Amino acid sequence: MLAAARTNGQGARETSRTGFALEPSGTVAHTNRGQPALAPPSSCLHPVKVKDVTIIGGGVIGCAIARELTRYRLDVVLVESEVEVGFGTSKSNSGIIHGGHHTKPGTLKGELSWAGNQRWVRLAQELGFGFRRNGDLTVAFDEADVEVLETIAQQGKDRDIPGVEIWGPEKIRLEEPNLNQDILAAVDGPTAGVVNPYEACFALIECAVANGLDLRVESPVTAIESGGDGLLVHAGGEPIATRFVINAAGVHAEKVARMVGLLEPTIRGRKGEEYLLDKRLAGIVHRTIFPCPTPTSKGILVIPTFDGTIMVGPTAQAVEDLEDVTTTAVGATKAFDLARRLVPGISERDCIAEFAGIRAVAGSNDFVIGPTSVPGFFNAAGIQSPGLTAAPAIAEMLVHQLGEAGLDLVPRPEFKRTMPRPVHAASISVGELTELAESDRKFARVVCRCELVTEAEIHDAISRGARTLDGLKFRTRAGMGRCQGGFCTSRCMQLLAADSGAAMSDITKRGDGSWLVLDRDEIDANEVPA
Amino acid sequence: MMPLTDLRDEYDIVVVGAGPAGMAAALAALRTGVETVLMVDREVEPGGILNQCIHNGFGLHHFGEELTGPEYAQRFLTDLLDHHIDIATDCYVLDVTADRLVTMMSPAVGVRQVLAGAVVLAMGARERTRGAIRIPGRRPSGVMTAGLAQKFVNQMGLLPGKRAVILGSGDIGLIMARRMTLEGVEVPGVFEIMPHANGLTRNIVQCLNDFDIPLHLSTTVVEIHGRDRVEKVTVAPVDDRLRPDLSRARTVKCDTMLASIGLIPENELSQKLGLRIDPTTAGPVVTSTMETSRDGVFATGNVVHIHDLVDFVSQESLLAGENAARYVTGRRPPADNIKLNPGANVASVVPHTISSDREHTVYLRVRKPMEKSWLRLGEVYEKRLRYVVPAEMVSLKVRPRFLEHFHGDSLTIDIVPRDEPGREEQ
Repeated sequence: MLAAARTNGQGARETSRTGFALEPSGTVAHTNRGQPALAPPSSCLHPVKVKDVTIIGGGVIGCAIARELTRYRLDVVLVESEVEVGFGTSKSNSGIIHGGHHTKPGTLKGELSWAGNQRWVRLAQELGFGFRRNGDLTVAFDEADVEVLETIAQQGKDRDIPGVEIWGPEKIRLEEPNLNQDILAAVDGPTAGVVNPYEACFALIECAVANGLDLRVESPVTAIESGGDGLLVHAGGEPIATRFVINAAGVHAEKVARMVGLLEPTIRGRKGEEYLLDKRLAGIVHRTIFPCPTPTSKGILVIPTFDGTIMVGPTAQAVEDLEDVTTTAVGATKAFDLARRLVPGISERDCIAEFAGIRAVAGSNDFVIGPTSVPGFFNAAGIQSPGLTAAPAIAEMLVHQLGEAGLDLVPRPEFKRTMPRPVHAASISVGELTELAESDRKFARVVCRCELVTEAEIHDAISRGARTLDGLKFRTRAGMGRCQGGFCTSRCMQLLAADSGAAMSDITKRGDGSWLVLDRDEIDANEVPA
Repeated sequence: MMPLTDLRDEYDIVVVGAGPAGMAAALAALRTGVETVLMVDREVEPGGILNQCIHNGFGLHHFGEELTGPEYAQRFLTDLLDHHIDIATDCYVLDVTADRLVTMMSPAVGVRQVLAGAVVLAMGARERTRGAIRIPGRRPSGVMTAGLAQKFVNQMGLLPGKRAVILGSGDIGLIMARRMTLEGVEVPGVFEIMPHANGLTRNIVQCLNDFDIPLHLSTTVVEIHGRDRVEKVTVAPVDDRLRPDLSRARTVKCDTMLASIGLIPENELSQKLGLRIDPTTAGPVVTSTMETSRDGVFATGNVVHIHDLVDFVSQESLLAGENAARYVTGRRPPADNIKLNPGANVASVVPHTISSDREHTVYLRVRKPMEKSWLRLGEVYEKRLRYVVPAEMVSLKVRPRFLEHFHGDSLTIDIVPRDEPGREEQ
């Protein structure tokens, strides 16, 4: 499975096998850029503190790697182009932690999915974000589907995943009475779960920062110099001299790889549209419902999200523009039609929000993880589904590979593995809320009425790093409910402005260019045309 | 106003919401002779949405003069403060049980429970959002409800943008079209998917026509463009089944899109309480005394059905407050004995039941516009209507004399064209 690493003028580099029982798949061709052998990158002539590892990209993969690396005595920096982490593909993720039985053997996707699944339970406990093992059901409408289900069930057994079994119609109707009555059989995957993908990103990065990660947001990488002993990453401000670079740039991973002259991985975008339905429907299904997969797609799912809403999606459509996060009328029709086939009670009428994200699909259609022919440059690329599930396992695998490549992994005994769980008024009892309100009356002031978010939670989110309206929303759920911020937007903006000393007109939805309001003097109402 | 720091453990009546509905209900309850009334509101000031409606046009029916929103609210507040009333502002009601135990919290009182002899639900409504109508495209900053824009402009002194397209012709959108024009914000047009406007005729005239703002009927926004901030929207005409004709689509440059596409009663508490909800109004089913399906729990205003005039909210709420007080003091009127059903071209009827022994005001909303029609109350009464539109509520006085010879238990209300053979008006 390994492509032989080519020489690049700096001597051949043997890609090592990892001790992770997996082989790196990311060794790729490299262009000879004619740099003199062993010459350090130009800017390295200046004495600069050299970072051990620079992670490019603050999606869930970069965040998981960052947290894993901060276990060790290392100087680690993460550069993210957006204003906050998780603002790219991760925030639009379905939030499913796959059970591990869906993916085929012999691929990184297949191997890392179950490994990742098992790690989420502990991560959620340590970092205090929501995770629920709600299980999943993959359903069959005809005999051909049933055969596919048997393969899926067998994959589960082969991986020793507990509880994977095939159900008949009676059991299905008992457990999930609102499914289509024509369903013949289903595979029950009790290990599957749901998380809030953005919450996971924030928790991972906050833990990493608490352990010394140098987080640099709004720092898009514009160039990388390689050669000599290290690399030099240009991401605004002083260039970052670093021994290792991890390319976790998601849909932009191809662009980043090109910066060091690598021709691979190639990344194509595959858009997924998601439709979020009102909490009224909570309980219509308890498990995540999958149609029988086809060779190219997992199909449209019905997902009971961690927060109790129902989500329908994701669609799968190839896109040229890697930032094309438009939702479409065609996508909506497809998502709802296919979801209704699974759960007939699903209706567009209950839609409260919609969004889209772009999956980063590598040419190999598998994850691309590991060292490359450029010394020190590692990929964590092509992380499409089940990438969220696999993220913790991908992080461990990469750290192991970095160790193999010479990074000294000396554990830090002072590593803080746990983070305090943020309080969510909506998920505690009235008694607990009463107690909290006694100690801090800001717990008794509701900012977001639909999701019951208090002012104390808003302040806490800001202190944990929320810088934008979306950052607040993803951390607290303020503005995520039925009224979609109709009532709380102005209050959230006021609190952001007050806590940061900014003007209202400086507050953005999600960073540069996404301004929310103008000061009155930006328009002259009394302007008299000449 | 100063926050109330101490609450009683028990009140004769707790009113949830201090908007026009809550204030009128509380006032009527006090006038009907109950001792202790608590009115609770999430906002820091009582008055509800009226506080951000700084335009005039309120009170023509109720006070016989034109007032601004804050003036209208102040009239009620002044009357209320003449009585003894507890007003808990900045206070959120977490729960109301069937035994009328009300759990609320505010920075001033912390989390508190009070027992109510009767509860009046007056939580009002929220605006429908872009998500509810699934407009394709991106999700840039600059898409908001007209009400949020109104709050920015009128209460916070901020502007939502420099060039704002308005989707939907609801009253708040029409008002905001004018308001923003006055502030120097360009309004290239109002786009309404229906073949008729959704706001009051007077608002079309005073807010759009007077300011040369075009209203595009049977046209809707089919896509929103812009990565960070709205850059433009694509609009297209729709056919009679509301399907957009994309071959005739065009783009309109703007940095803001305001949605004024309807209101939804805020019935989260009602649902927790297990009240019966009318799927058409999305509000509780109510009797002629505005009592819900739970004993001693009343509901009034936009939480029951969406009104177009605050004056009608006040009238309905005075009735609700009076009857909540009668409930507490053991002076309830005879129970209802006739169910009202919406018939031809009638979308909804409130109240859902009436009593044959007294006069009632019944509010209807039609499904489609109709010129020269008959309003028929079963076989017992009919009257001529000149012109009905969905945007304007129809009210009907049902008098006991109509029902003198009626022995049934339900009446259907129809609005039919007058060219159909009609009976003579009585």
